[in-house]
Formats: sequence, C-alpha cells, structure tokens
Amino acid sequence: MTRQMTGAKMLVQALKDQGVDTVFGYPGGAVLPIYDEIFQQNDIQHVLVRHEQAAVHAAEGYARSTGRVGVALVTSGPGATNAVTGLTDALMDSIPIIVLSGQVPTFMIGSDAFQEADTVGITRPCTKHNWLVKDTAKLSSVIHQAFHVASSGRPGPVLVDIPKDVQFASAEYTPKPKAPVGHYQPQVKGDMETITALVEAIETAERPVFYTGGGVINSGPGASQLLRELVEATGIPITSTLMGLGAYPASGKNWLGMLGMHGLYEANMAMHGCDLLINIGARFDDRITGRLDAFSPNSKKAHIDIDPSSINKVIKTDLPIVGDVGHVLEDMLRVWKARGRKVNREGLATWWRRIDEWRTVKCLTYKTSDTVIKPQYALERLEALTKGMDRYITTEVGQHQMWAAQFLGFEDPNRWMTSGGLGTMGYGFPSSIGVQMAHPDSLVINVAGEASWLMNMQEMGTAVQYRLPVKQFILNNERLGMVRQWQQLLHGERYSSSWSEALPDFVKLAEAFGAKGILCKNPGDLDDAIMEMLNHDGPVIFDCLVEKHENCFPMIPSGEPHNKMLLGDAKATNAIAGKGAVLV
Amino acid sequence: MSPLQIKKGSNKHSAYNLRPTFSDVQEAHTITVLVENEPGVLARVIGLFSGRGYNIDSLTVAEVDHQGHLSRITIVTTGTPQVIEQIKAQLGRIVSVREVHDLTAEGASVERELALMKVTGSGEKRVEALRLADIFRANVVDSTLESFIFQLTGAPDKIDAFADLMRPLGLIQVARTGVAALARGQGQS
Repeated sequence: MTRQMTGAKMLVQALKDQGVDTVFGYPGGAVLPIYDEIFQQNDIQHVLVRHEQAAVHAAEGYARSTGRVGVALVTSGPGATNAVTGLTDALMDSIPIIVLSGQVPTFMIGSDAFQEADTVGITRPCTKHNWLVKDTAKLSSVIHQAFHVASSGRPGPVLVDIPKDVQFASAEYTPKPKAPVGHYQPQVKGDMETITALVEAIETAERPVFYTGGGVINSGPGASQLLRELVEATGIPITSTLMGLGAYPASGKNWLGMLGMHGLYEANMAMHGCDLLINIGARFDDRITGRLDAFSPNSKKAHIDIDPSSINKVIKTDLPIVGDVGHVLEDMLRVWKARGRKVNREGLATWWRRIDEWRTVKCLTYKTSDTVIKPQYALERLEALTKGMDRYITTEVGQHQMWAAQFLGFEDPNRWMTSGGLGTMGYGFPSSIGVQMAHPDSLVINVAGEASWLMNMQEMGTAVQYRLPVKQFILNNERLGMVRQWQQLLHGERYSSSWSEALPDFVKLAEAFGAKGILCKNPGDLDDAIMEMLNHDGPVIFDCLVEKHENCFPMIPSGEPHNKMLLGDAKATNAIAGKGAVLV
Repeated sequence: MSPLQIKKGSNKHSAYNLRPTFSDVQEAHTITVLVENEPGVLARVIGLFSGRGYNIDSLTVAEVDHQGHLSRITIVTTGTPQVIEQIKAQLGRIVSVREVHDLTAEGASVERELALMKVTGSGEKRVEALRLADIFRANVVDSTLESFIFQLTGAPDKIDAFADLMRPLGLIQVARTGVAALARGQGQS
C-alpha cells in the first residue's frame, strides 16, 4: 500500500508509527503546517510549553521516566537555538530524545531569511546525529532512522531540521518496517573472554566493589534486575553515580550510597580501598574520580560500557568490556554460576567489617535545629512522608540536588531525573512536567533551589494549563547555595554575586498563575505543610525557607583523592588527620 | 563557620586542573576514515577534532565510491598513544562513519602527496631549479621566461626536502594536497 501525503502529515504519521503519544513544543512560522496536522488528529497530544528549552527538558523527563524516546517540536531560528541547552544536556546524560525543528524553505536557506539559523550547524556538536531534510520523499525514513539512532547504542539526542516547503510538498510515505535502518548497529554483546576474566577476578578479589552508573538505567529495567541478582548472589558492595541511582535499591543491604564529590564516606572510602573495581555503565566523570593519579590506587579496574570511547578515556582499564550492560550482566551471571558461584568469602567478610567501620562515621549527620528548617531535615521529612508512594523525583542543580541524592531513597530505576553531566539549572521544573505527562496518576516532585527554579519559572503556565499536579519543593536559602559554598571554602568568603535580592513572594506567584502556594519556615509546621502539598490535587509551589548558610557535606575538595573527604562541621578536621584517611 | 582546612594559595580551586596518568610521548599517526558522503560529514569529523582539542596535521577528502556514496578522509594527526586511541574511538562514534583504520598502527602503508610549487628567477638559479626538479622527478606544468610551476608527488618528507631546496632558488608559492594513504597488500583496510 502506497500513500501520498504532505511532509507535515508524513511527520505526524511517522510519530504515530513510532508509538509517540506526547510531543512538547512551541509553534512558529516555520512549523505551522505541522501544527495544522497536529490539530486535525487525536492520537498525539501536544503540550504547549512556555519556552523551547523547557520543551526539550520536558522531553528528557518523559524519556528518563519511561525509557522511551522523548519528542520536542520547535520552530526555526530562535526556536532551534533555545533548544541547544536541552540537546547538550541530553547528550551529556545519554538521554534519547528527538527534536524536530522547522526551517525556512529550501530556496531561502543561506539568504539570512527571517528566523533563519544554521540549525544543523549549531546543533552538530550537541546531538548524537542530525539531519536537514531537503526532500519530502526522504522525510519519513529519516524520522524512523532518527528514532533508531536516538535509542540504540549509547542513547542520545538527535535533531531533524525540516524546511517549510518540505512540509507542504507531497510524496510517498515510507512505513516503519520498510525504512532503511542504515549502518548504525552498535555492538551489544561483550567479549566472552574478558567477561570470563572478570568473573575470575570476582572469584578471588578480597575487596571488590561495584561502581554503577546511568548505563544500567539506560539498558532497561532488565539490566537493573540482573544487577540486583548479581549483587545479592555475590555479596559484593555497590555504589552508584548520581545518574545511576535506583538501579540498585537504596534499601538493599549491599548499598553504600552515592559516591563522588558529595558522595557518602563509606562509598568513597570503598572506592579508594578496593582491590577490584567493577565499573558498570559509568564513565569515570571528574565529579567521581577526584584527583586522577590517586584514584582507587590499588585496584584492578573493569569497565563495562556500550561506548568504546568511554573506555581508557580518563582511567586506564585492565578489563575493558564493550557492550550493553544488560547483555554483559546476563553473560557474567551465567559464567559465574557455571563456574560454581565462587567468591572469596573470607576476604569479603573482612572487607564488610571495614566498610561497617566507615559507616559508623555517619557522614550525613548535620546539626539539627528547632528554630530554622535545615535543608537536610526538609528532605528527610519529604522522604518519610512519601516513602512507598508511586513517586518520581526531578531536581534542579546545586546543593539541593546533592542533598536530594543523599537523603532520598530510590528503590527502582527511572524514578530519578536530574541533570548530571551538564549541570543545567532550570532542568527540574520542565522535566517534572514531562514526567507527569508520562505518569498522570503518579506523584511527581521537583526538588529545587529558588535560583534554579526561577530559570524556567514560566512553565507554571504549562502546569496549570494541562492540570499537571507537579509539586515544586523549593529549598529557599535566598542564595546561589553551591556557588556560595565554594566562595566560602575556596575564595576567601568573598560572596561575589551569589546572593539573590528581590526574590518573588512564591505563594503570590503561584496564585498569580492560578496554582497553590505554601510557605513554610518553622520546623514544627513542616510535616503538616508537606501533607498539605501532597493532598492538593494540582500544581503547588512549596516555598520552604531553610537555613541560609548550610554547606553540603561530605565533600571531596577538587584536586583531592577520595580519602581526603571533608565531613560536616567539627568532623572535617578529624576526617583528614584521623586513621581513616590513611586507609588504602 | 568555616570548618575546612584548604591551604591558602593552593591552585586546587578547580577540578579542571586534573591530569590523567598516561604516557606523554607524542606520536604521528595516519588515520583513514570511510564515511557516508552526505552533507556536513566533513564538518562532523573536523568538529570532533577542534571540539576535543586534537591536532590535524593534514587532511584530505574525496568521494571514492560514487555508487555507494562513500568518501575517504585521510587525516594525519599527532598525539599521545592515549589521545590517538581516543581519536579513533571518537571517530567510530560518529553515525556517518563506516570504518576507521590507523594505518600507522596496522602495518605497512603507502602515503603520497601532490604538491605544486612556483619558482621564479633567471640565469643560473633557473637552470639549477630545473636540474634539481629532474632529480626529484618533478614535472614542469607551467612555464614563463621568469617562472616555473613544478608538480611533484611523493611522501610528505620528499616534498619537504624539495621545497627546502627550491626556497633559495626563488620559491614563492606552494600548494599541497595533503596525504592520501592506503595499507599495503591485499587487505581492504
């Protein structure tokens, strides 16, 4: 069956064939034919955002919380340039999204036409791949290929730039099964010899540790299940990057907590002291490694990654395994079982005793207060009052993000959406909108700082228009908290431009948009206020006034190794001078 | 309430001064990349080099398979062994890239470059230039009473040597194509 249709109709048809149910976007001159087609159908819901950056972050939230490809639609010129931050964010965190951009008609390209920008040129370094489609006959197969590229191998953002005349012209539609997939077919099976060598290393290691990352989440729920099985069966301790939280449950007995710059003491000390480091789907980011020449100095290092360029990029690997985490874990488990399920029980027992000693440091302890809400306390209460609920968390970027990672527990993958690699302030709110669209009946909370939140506050309009009950839990310290912390610790307490003057009244702001606002400043009122937020059926801005000068600990100062961690307040001195610091 | 003991004046204010612990020996490698010949593919390859701070010493590109829409890009680059490995892995990530081969690492190869050199002068110098051109098997492809354009092919060091000899004899312009290279033997890499 051949079908002739316009490019605009073809695009909408291709999205339907790919199973797309939601598109986040903003109309403009160069995408009007596409919006006309969207108007005339009911299978795909279009969500009108208030800024194109938010469309892309919403698509990211949708993708991270479902494992499916998120879709954003923007117009040419400024629409496309506004999408650049979101594309870069998705590239750094390996999130599969497709941005569809309008372009001026092909015969006007290069003439500095109204709202013309070299979109494929601008987005080439911030997409996994992009296309400028100049021929309607090729449009549908490019869209199908775009989905394939975005979601296979190491996932990432792609962009398809579609000139307006291509949207108007008619051609034959190529359905999904007939579309050429192209030559992009990344390797998913790991090398069996190296996998066997890794299993052998696991059998004899005295102090092994799993260091897992976003690759486990991206590999799908099956990979998380296999990881859990492997961890339980071997009894090896496990830590995770910010991106990997939820792959292994926070309540699991082998869980050490997050590692890295603001990771837990026991997790970082285990990384420093281990003799076998098994990296599963993480990339030795600088927030994780600290000083490279002192990173995990006495360990054999294994690295499982679907992207060959991640291996040996910053840390030399002894056992490199290129492949999809799920496939490799499956093979690892099979080989390990076939060889008799061996581990070094004696070594592991000693290793766990040492880890338990590190745990007694209780590195997340903070000074409590009866008069002012500590941000850590606010998150502890949020965790306690939402535990067991069908809950999704997004965050902005800064201190609140690190505290959320430390104090909230994630039991399942795809429940935690945060900007890790790019560190995009303004990510959390639009992302929460994307998550809520994908999970209309779930509880979606954006843990935010007031400064980050203001960067995309216009999205209140979107939340109210689509009746999305997203909870904006703002830890308001009236400061750019993380910037202030670094200025205090590293720049002689000169607080250059890290203080926000003239903050809005967030309750009135909520009301101005037709939403609910809650202000809370007393620790005694916090539980009731959080319950009021949870019980309200609609978007809420929760303005939680917290301690203004709280610092986020533990912290590995930049340029220091894992065992030079700073703990909160009085403990900081002890952590450096004490016996714990010289452990290997 | 500053509990931290960070030394004043230390330059550890940033995580970006971290240096990996790899060998720092610089090596020149010739890398050949087979790519799908589509708009922007050269920009993807060049953008990778500039964006990640890799060197390009020479670059050539042309379509080599019209039916298959394939082009061959030959890049001569310099870097530490770890950087060379990264370059190859990063090139392999580009969706339009079909094959990446390191001719320097994968065995013997043939490297050739074509150069055009304009030499002006008269009298003894002009005669000497012509005599040296003959030794280097350079062809005269244009001539006036006061100038020659020589065409020379060969490995890059042969072209360097010829240019060095021509310089005192009136060399005023050079155009070089950059290196084209193939592995020796029957293999297709």
